[in-house]
Amino acid sequence: MGSLLQIVFDALSLGSLYALGALGIALIFGVMRLVNFAHGDVIAACVFALLWPSVDAVAIVFAGNLPWFLLIPFVLAVGAGLSVLSELVVFRRFRRANPATMMIASFGLGFVIRYFLLMLFSSRPKSISLLPTLSQPVEILGARIPLLQLITILVTVAVLFGLTAFLRRTRFGLEMRAAAENFTMARMLGVRANRVIMGAFALSGALAAAIALILGSQTGTANIMMGANVMLMAFIATVIGGMGSLAGAVLAGFLLGTVATVMQVILPPDARAFRDAFVYGAVILVLIFRPQGLLSARGTKERV
Amino acid sequence: MSLLALSNVSVRYGRLTAVRGVTFTLAEGEILFITGPNGAGKSSLLRAIAGVAPPAGGRVDFADHDITGQAPEDIARLGLSMVPEGRDVFGSLTIEENLMVGTGMHSATRGWKARAASELEAVYATFPILKERRHTQAGLLSGGQQQMLVIGRALMTTPRLVAIDEPSLGLAPNITDQVYERLIALRAERKLTLLIVEQSSTRAMMVGGRMMLMRGGEIVLDGDARALGQSEAMQAAYFGYGEH
Repeated sequence: MGSLLQIVFDALSLGSLYALGALGIALIFGVMRLVNFAHGDVIAACVFALLWPSVDAVAIVFAGNLPWFLLIPFVLAVGAGLSVLSELVVFRRFRRANPATMMIASFGLGFVIRYFLLMLFSSRPKSISLLPTLSQPVEILGARIPLLQLITILVTVAVLFGLTAFLRRTRFGLEMRAAAENFTMARMLGVRANRVIMGAFALSGALAAAIALILGSQTGTANIMMGANVMLMAFIATVIGGMGSLAGAVLAGFLLGTVATVMQVILPPDARAFRDAFVYGAVILVLIFRPQGLLSARGTKERV
Repeated sequence: MSLLALSNVSVRYGRLTAVRGVTFTLAEGEILFITGPNGAGKSSLLRAIAGVAPPAGGRVDFADHDITGQAPEDIARLGLSMVPEGRDVFGSLTIEENLMVGTGMHSATRGWKARAASELEAVYATFPILKERRHTQAGLLSGGQQQMLVIGRALMTTPRLVAIDEPSLGLAPNITDQVYERLIALRAERKLTLLIVEQSSTRAMMVGGRMMLMRGGEIVLDGDARALGQSEAMQAAYFGYGEH
């Protein structure tokens, strides 16, 4: 019983990370048909924003010492700010470019961010202790669940509810949903393209920051590559979910987290090292039977 | 005083010239039908006016502003509401949400919410079926209902000019009558200016007003709808007799 519960929590917390990442990608894809591969590097940048630049192995903590009620808004602001900045400096110039060009631009931007971090911090992973109280376990029905896992799941659920309410109940949310479906038509109804796109980037960046906080606390390290794995899984989740479908992205994120966790348990020990190969195999199977994604995306219509 | 003025406007898609050197003015409260065969450049002309396909040459003025090459949202905010061909409803949004999208452009002005609510009631009064199904996803509506929705949505922004691409497309004749009745009533009530693209001249002759005929990207005839509609020149120009 206890170990089963453990698996459930593992799956949910890993799925939460993927779902948050997939949402960040799907939000931007929805309004501008851009697959933002720089998303993972924004995650890493958010973690490094807590440290002073140094190439030493020991991290010199800067904002990481702030109390949590300042630390969290600070990291969220860094993520949102960096993301909006990438829109202003890079992606705005590719508005009329085709999706492949935009995707390559996002790869370029990702490399720029990564090498900038490399220059300031070196490629050595640094150990940090972020929100250390969260690593203590709590007992639930005989299972010892790290507090952080619990919080990760709760935060993700809260984010999902908050985002849904925002999209359904606010004027900005309405405009964003309209723009995601038919950008040109929304503009012809007076919806300001730049505002909607910047809003999507800000939200996406804040989601990246949330992942950064979770990953940083979970692993206790800052590593310039730390966003890459989440980004890859999150991207796959948006594809499986149906590009542009937010609900699909979340669903597929949780599904991937579950599959990965279950594989870890049921695969014979010798095969566990190849877990990801099995996960990707499952992904291929899904896409063979549902190439349009689980929840087929609305409004993949051409945007002018 | 003209509300809309085009001078020498041309539209190109790559090497293809869809509209060549179109010039005309439209006065406030006027009703203008643009007719012509498929591929005459009617829709391209509307897209150029609305800022969706910026003109390759020429100049467009609307409400005392040079709107040539302006963003569609800025043109819409000046009071030019466009209903493009192809019923671009937001399929996953409800009917009511579709109708409300365009009202946000007035959110900086006082009392916009009350005005949006009364516009909503007016649209519902014209198309009761929309009210009945207002919480239905727009993607689930029939073609005719979607057409009502996009016209209603354009009126929700309290525009000065409505440009509609083929309002009668896919509508039952009696519904088309209702749509036109409403448009003409609005024209009388608040001097709404109408720019309507229709493939045939039948509707223009029924409603009256001004009519232009486009062929090959140019305006070949311009005059009173009823007089033009009955003329042989219209027939000849429409089908291009004697040019081949």
